[in-house]
Amino acid sequence: MKLRRSMMFVPGNNPGMLQNAGIYGADALIFDLEDSVSINEKDSARELVFQAISNIKYPSEIAIRINHIRTPFGRPDLAKILAAKPNLIRLPMTESAVEIQTVDAIITEAENRYKFAPGSIMMMAAVETAKGLLKAYEIASASPRMVALAIGGEDFVADLHTSRSKHGRELFVARSEILLAARAAGINAIDTVFSDVNDTEGFINEATAIKEMGFDGKSVVNPRQIQMVHDIFTPTAKEIDHAKKVLVAYEEALARKSGVISLNGKMIDLPIVARAERTLAYADAVGAGAGRVES
Amino acid sequence: MINSIGREIPQSLPGYASLTPFGGAFALKPDNRRAGPRLCADMPHSDKRVKSIDAAIDACGLQDGMTISFHHHFRNGDFILNTVLEAIARKGIKGLTLAPSSLNDVNDAIIPLIENGTITAIETSGARGKLGKLLTSGKLAKPVLIRSHGGRARAIECGDLHIDVAFLGAPACDCYGNINGVEGKSACGSMGYAMIDAAFAEKVVAITDNLVPHPLFPISIPQTDVDFIVVVDSIGDPKGIASGALRISSDPRELLIAQYASSVIEYSGYFKQDFSFQLGSGGASLAAARFIREKMLAQKITGSFGVGGITTPFVDMLEEGLFKCLFDVQDFDQPSIQSIKRNPNHLEMSASYYANPHNRGPIVNMLDVVILSATEVDVDFNVNVITDSNGVIMGASGGHSDAAAGASLAIVVAPLLRGRLPMVLKKVNTVVTPGESVDVVVTERGVAVNPLRQDLKDNLRNSGVPIMEIEELRQLAVNLAGEPDSIPLSDEIVGLVEYRDGTIIDAIRRPL
Amino acid sequence: MSAKLLRAAQAGTVESNDIMISVSPAEPGSGCNVTIVSPVLKQYGRQIKAAIEAGVKENGIEDIIIHANDKGALDCTIKARLNVAILRAVSEEEVMTR
Repeated sequence: MKLRRSMMFVPGNNPGMLQNAGIYGADALIFDLEDSVSINEKDSARELVFQAISNIKYPSEIAIRINHIRTPFGRPDLAKILAAKPNLIRLPMTESAVEIQTVDAIITEAENRYKFAPGSIMMMAAVETAKGLLKAYEIASASPRMVALAIGGEDFVADLHTSRSKHGRELFVARSEILLAARAAGINAIDTVFSDVNDTEGFINEATAIKEMGFDGKSVVNPRQIQMVHDIFTPTAKEIDHAKKVLVAYEEALARKSGVISLNGKMIDLPIVARAERTLAYADAVGAGAGRVES
Repeated sequence: MINSIGREIPQSLPGYASLTPFGGAFALKPDNRRAGPRLCADMPHSDKRVKSIDAAIDACGLQDGMTISFHHHFRNGDFILNTVLEAIARKGIKGLTLAPSSLNDVNDAIIPLIENGTITAIETSGARGKLGKLLTSGKLAKPVLIRSHGGRARAIECGDLHIDVAFLGAPACDCYGNINGVEGKSACGSMGYAMIDAAFAEKVVAITDNLVPHPLFPISIPQTDVDFIVVVDSIGDPKGIASGALRISSDPRELLIAQYASSVIEYSGYFKQDFSFQLGSGGASLAAARFIREKMLAQKITGSFGVGGITTPFVDMLEEGLFKCLFDVQDFDQPSIQSIKRNPNHLEMSASYYANPHNRGPIVNMLDVVILSATEVDVDFNVNVITDSNGVIMGASGGHSDAAAGASLAIVVAPLLRGRLPMVLKKVNTVVTPGESVDVVVTERGVAVNPLRQDLKDNLRNSGVPIMEIEELRQLAVNLAGEPDSIPLSDEIVGLVEYRDGTIIDAIRRPL
Repeated sequence: MSAKLLRAAQAGTVESNDIMISVSPAEPGSGCNVTIVSPVLKQYGRQIKAAIEAGVKENGIEDIIIHANDKGALDCTIKARLNVAILRAVSEEEVMTR
């Protein structure tokens, strides 16, 4: 199971941050060539990120956020970066399946040229506009390289003519749609950043809410947010215990060839069994054998 | 000659009678006696006040070649050391040994007095800035002697450091010489370092900007130690004496180091009811206070005592009841000064009570856990806190080797790389604390346990911190930065680092 | 491949862990002329110079004047900044899509 609980943005033109990005235990690092890099430093960031991922060993999955393929920078970004074989290319401001397919073709060509295994470089896309949201499923399912769909909240709420709030109602529809599209396409759904790094409570509330919705992870902008996300995504001891009991009850029912399965008087059907299996697989993947103690 | 940790020590050196090589943290058994000032008698109802610093210098009979001392509780806000030395220089007195408890950037002002021969020798904890550079350049006739806080107290008590005149800045002083550090506009909190100077110097001058009626209490330094009193307009700049509350860092890398350090403590076996704790004042060790506090609350553990230079995070834990009391040798910020003034469980202690290895037991001997910062660490766990990566004096020995020797668990925290420079090396430039006293080295990329502590290694197995061999840690740094060339050094010795027991642990050579 | 610098150019910053590299054209036959300012000159001066010279060669440049203001950059950063400085100095268009 590939975990993408935390995907940390790292500004692409900052050597100090690139040097230390790997030490915080993020599941994925997104080296950014887009918003955090000014127009006249695009060449610098591209080269710096290329050298960093070619020379520094990072323990996390490596994603590169390229500039949009229709800007003058998107194709040069890919031309440079693909040679270093990042794990993942992240497209910003995605609005159509065509964009995904265009980038897919460029990646295929690079994989051939550099003799990388076909399909070894994956893709993810961020939906950041109303237009993109209406095409979310097409985007999510546009290429077998696609492994995750993300929502870019700041741009999205601007496009809706509103702004971010603590309760997050303005993003409710978008988050739901992204999640549906991702699930329908069988890929990860990743939530947007929470930019006030000093608002720990706000961050925890938001991360808890999106986990409950079904998201697989969250983009983060500061190393301090990583552990908080991981804690929220780690199954509790109670959840793990329950999942184990469900599976035991299921096995017993199978052995008895009984059609009806119950645990503590509650009926257990196949979706509940599937969820229990997912919980245990997840606990295994995050190394939380006993689970987290609920506070 | 080579000492027991393989450092090349000179057999003899200009200005030094004899040098004993370091032979292990507790190898030396002292067999001499305490020293002390000549007895004297003061007539009833005498007036100890003299009208100026000049008059006090004359009254003490200060002469060429004598040794004078100061305390560094006013840190970068200190007016006393520079002012007194300028007065001494005006009198044309030469060849003095300057023996303050430490030196700060503000003391760059004395450089001309070293150049003109007023000061020809310095014995202290450390130096920074231009003064540190000057000391490293070999301009001093006699190489500088670096001592730890505990080592200095020992040297004074046994007579290795004989002080002719101690000039003590006094935030509050009564007209018969009782002093404390907690009252007045120049309050600095604890007077811990000054207490030993007062008790053992031949002559003691109190300099105050806050003369109060007799008797002043509480008393930090008693009237029985003080010969003369000088009243001046101002003894220090409060802004330089203590900062506002020292707050915990938000630097993610420091926080990560702090988190690892606190997990090491949690799993070490020493994190239990009534444990005792010392905290350095560096960014990562301060930040560790926050995580330790959370763990203490979560596991319902309270500590016995805290030690150190005291900072706000420690004071907060005292007030929350997480520690029974604090032993305080020096205060770093305003809330700490307020706390020692108001909280009866916040106790002032002398440098000797703190860390002197040759008394009947300093408080560091009862320490369970200490977190200390480092400039450099080497694969033998030796620590440097005195010279920078270019071999220039820019730090202080402080209580580093004292606390490390006393504590059951001494944790040293440092970033693995500062800029490009690896901080885990084959050999540190200068050893201040020997590897045998250091149990764990914590960096942002890994944690190494001293091979002498297999027990700790076992305990830390499930701590979740990335445990590795110290050589692996060094290699990790080299993989990123490349192997650094060693800096070229001359054969000229410009300083000696004395271990707390008076033996020589290392020599500082002039960089080329 | 042999490339020629058309103008002076620079890349990088003077933030810590970075290096600012300024390059300018040099007379044919004058070779690679490097000056370095760095707080880690004693420990890494040799390696910084080697990284720069290797990068110049890889770019097919023979004559160049380089001034490097280093703030403790790793070799990979030095290489990246050098490559971009050269790229900016050799490109046909001065105002180009970077």
